[in-house]
Amino acid sequence: MGDLSFAAVLSAFWLTIQLALFSAVGALVLGTIIAVMRVSPVRVLQMLGTWYVNTFRNTPLTLLMVFGILGATYTLGINLAPSSINDNNFRWAVVMLSVYHAAFVCEALRSGVNTVPAGQAEAARAMGLTFGQTMSQVILPQAFRGAIAPLGSTLIALIKNTTVAAVIGNQEAAGLMSETVENQGSSIGIFLIFALGFVILTLPLGLLFTSMSRRLVVKR
Amino acid sequence: MTLRRFGAAAAVAVVALGLAACGDSGGGSGSGGGNFKIGIKFDQPGLGLKEGSDYKGLDVDVAKYIAKELGHKEGDIQWVQSPSAQRETLIETGQVNMVVATYSITDARKEKVSFAGPYFIAGQDLLVRADDNSITGPDSLTGKKLCSVKGSTSAQKVKDKYPGVQLQEFGTYSECVAALVSKGVDALTTDNTILAGYAAQPQYKGKLKVVGKTFSEERYGVGIKKGDKALCEKINTAIKKMVDDGSWQKAVDANLGPAGFKVDSAVNPPKQDACS
Repeated sequence: MGDLSFAAVLSAFWLTIQLALFSAVGALVLGTIIAVMRVSPVRVLQMLGTWYVNTFRNTPLTLLMVFGILGATYTLGINLAPSSINDNNFRWAVVMLSVYHAAFVCEALRSGVNTVPAGQAEAARAMGLTFGQTMSQVILPQAFRGAIAPLGSTLIALIKNTTVAAVIGNQEAAGLMSETVENQGSSIGIFLIFALGFVILTLPLGLLFTSMSRRLVVKR
Repeated sequence: MTLRRFGAAAAVAVVALGLAACGDSGGGSGSGGGNFKIGIKFDQPGLGLKEGSDYKGLDVDVAKYIAKELGHKEGDIQWVQSPSAQRETLIETGQVNMVVATYSITDARKEKVSFAGPYFIAGQDLLVRADDNSITGPDSLTGKKLCSVKGSTSAQKVKDKYPGVQLQEFGTYSECVAALVSKGVDALTTDNTILAGYAAQPQYKGKLKVVGKTFSEERYGVGIKKGDKALCEKINTAIKKMVDDGSWQKAVDANLGPAGFKVDSAVNPPKQDACS
């Protein structure tokens, strides 16, 4: 222990990337389902979707993380990896990051759905398409393309929010940073190294999503 | 018109007074109008704890004694909250004159600050449930689940020395204590002084016990600006005097005694290092 090695920084950021990737997939899938529920014609599903968004969007992520370990694992006994504490921490972090950001993905997608003119849904229904068909063939493909920019913002927020996973013991970037500060004291240098790491991760993504949103937007 | 102008002036005065009152309380960090600033922990029972406008604990008593020996009246002291990660910065930028905050003397830290003391020698220990007799020390931990704070020296030491132990890490010790009580983990590790404080908390009284077999030496020192040899020597003299006249023992008993904490008398009271 002691010095901050390049290898340690790399492995910490690798864990950050893994957390972000798995959670992004989880959040996208879950968020899409919630968004479909919110725009569906079934009142109960709409209410369930609204409840989900309002609950998880307004719960602090730290609280969700700590609940995953203290509440779910240790009190309720829902252990996602009984043989390894580290794997359990990682999986709960992915679950909670997915659950939390699904609420934001849902709202981003719903804004995308709103870019699709209502006439298209009506036309699809007039042609005899079911709700599922209307969604998957007509609305959602256009909604995703219209929601690229807010989805990109959500992804960038997710990458930065992976640092919260350190509170349940994941050795990602923020975890390594707190360890380094404990050993060497805080300094601008250490802060800059980790800030730079996140800039490297997020800045290209931001540019990519901006250009994609311009290229993929449905011209009307 | 005059009346309205008077009203406006009064309003301004009231606002200014309000601001002055706010400035006086220092926004939560520091109190007292003094000019001798001492960094302590505000949240560590038995060591440095803020209770209302009062400060209690071993660190506080040691700091007060040193300040007195340095010629500062108690009213001159301004307490500044110094969380672990900020201690070096507070000293380097001159925001505090000295730090007495469970500050272990280490070589890495000596590159940034100088230390006087040590004034107390603690050690890494284990906190377990009171009815658990299977854990007697670090060697009986294999296969057990241990808890500590993310990034802390204690957590790193366990990872390096006892790789067979599974380590759960949290952001604060309180979460570890909660996990320990709910049987999620089997033991919590950090300095014995800190563990004793948690074992003595009313809601956990009788449920937890400190194993009492230390496996590291944490030498609590007084952090000061790097290279200030004169101040270091004065502080060392003050600590030595505190030990000699019995105030040190009194402070230890008063602050750590209620937690049922047994001071390791083989190393305590410690001999101060030479200043450099």
